[in-house]
Amino acid sequence: MAFLKALGRYVPERVVTNAELAGRLECTVEWILGASGIAERRFAAEGESVVDMAVAAAQDCLLRASLDASAIGMLVVSSGSAEERFPGPAARVARQLGCGPIPAWDLPLASAGGLFGMSLANAMAPQYGNALVVAAEKMSTLAMHEPLDRNIAILFGDGAGACLVSARDGFAAITREVLHSDGSFAGDLHAGWDGLLHMNGRTVILQAGRKLPGGIAEVLAQAGLAAGEVEAFLVHQANQNLIDRVAQALGVPSTLFYSNIKRYGNTSSASMLIAAAEYFAETPMTAGPVVFAAFGAGFHWGALLLERAI
Amino acid sequence: MEERQRVLAGLIRAASNKAVDPEVDESLFDSGVLDSFALADLVSAIEKEFHISIPDSDLSPKKFESIARIERYLDSRQ
Repeated sequence: MAFLKALGRYVPERVVTNAELAGRLECTVEWILGASGIAERRFAAEGESVVDMAVAAAQDCLLRASLDASAIGMLVVSSGSAEERFPGPAARVARQLGCGPIPAWDLPLASAGGLFGMSLANAMAPQYGNALVVAAEKMSTLAMHEPLDRNIAILFGDGAGACLVSARDGFAAITREVLHSDGSFAGDLHAGWDGLLHMNGRTVILQAGRKLPGGIAEVLAQAGLAAGEVEAFLVHQANQNLIDRVAQALGVPSTLFYSNIKRYGNTSSASMLIAAAEYFAETPMTAGPVVFAAFGAGFHWGALLLERAI
Repeated sequence: MEERQRVLAGLIRAASNKAVDPEVDESLFDSGVLDSFALADLVSAIEKEFHISIPDSDLSPKKFESIARIERYLDSRQ
């Protein structure tokens, strides 16, 4: 078991409103908001890369942890939108942070990458000490690729989230976890090297609507907890309508699910950590447990339970 | 239209929140009756109405694309 010590996030400056997209996509501002709960998203600047955003989020996290990069023992970088087939961004992020020759893992896992990265850090931290997890996505490259598909283009934004997992101390202990993968529907959400994101939204919603609350229920059952006892749910920000349905499936109000999708859209693997960074910047950890959860292409999904460190 | 088809049409109206009367072979996707979330609601409603549990492995949208396809799926479960 390891501890969550700090979080960080970075979002690009450029705000892309629904009004800006509506004209290009031949739809209305209201339709975008109703279909997704998204009012605006951020797009990376020209030349701003996944590595640049990952480094910015990592530096924010290290600042909040009052820790120098030299104190990091291992790095995990999740991205489904990295610019190169290989190497992934992890080694470059480590170098730009000034980490030294620490092991740096790439997780090309898309939306569940932040969650799987936290699980990896939780398992490896006892060996490596401070484990930095970063999830960075430049989804605009995929989502705005011609020919435009408005069902995809309205959803995605760019950004990065980060968290520091420590073997020794932190404000919350990662006490339980549930991870699953099932390739049965891998073809229904994928991005190939043609630069296009392919999504069968009906399959994704059908599967996510079951698997996301299922993973959360599973991790809560491990701990003998009811959903109503959870202080907050920090989940992948895929679509506000999906978040509301997950809450409904668990029998708790949507207000327990922290949401910033209205401002940032779906930033894939970055979204859960961006949401968590913003949540904990406003709200201290209380005696009530917090659940992290994600679902994404693969499909990969799961949940982590965090409880206040004593 | 048979009784089960009428029941399914009612479930489709409730899930889509649209006053539609779909043909048995009509694609509920192509006609715009069911979006992703309405489809999820329809699947839940089918489970309740017909007292079945639909496993995740069966959650392929094509199985629920029309009344005829839903009937074929229900028949396969008997």
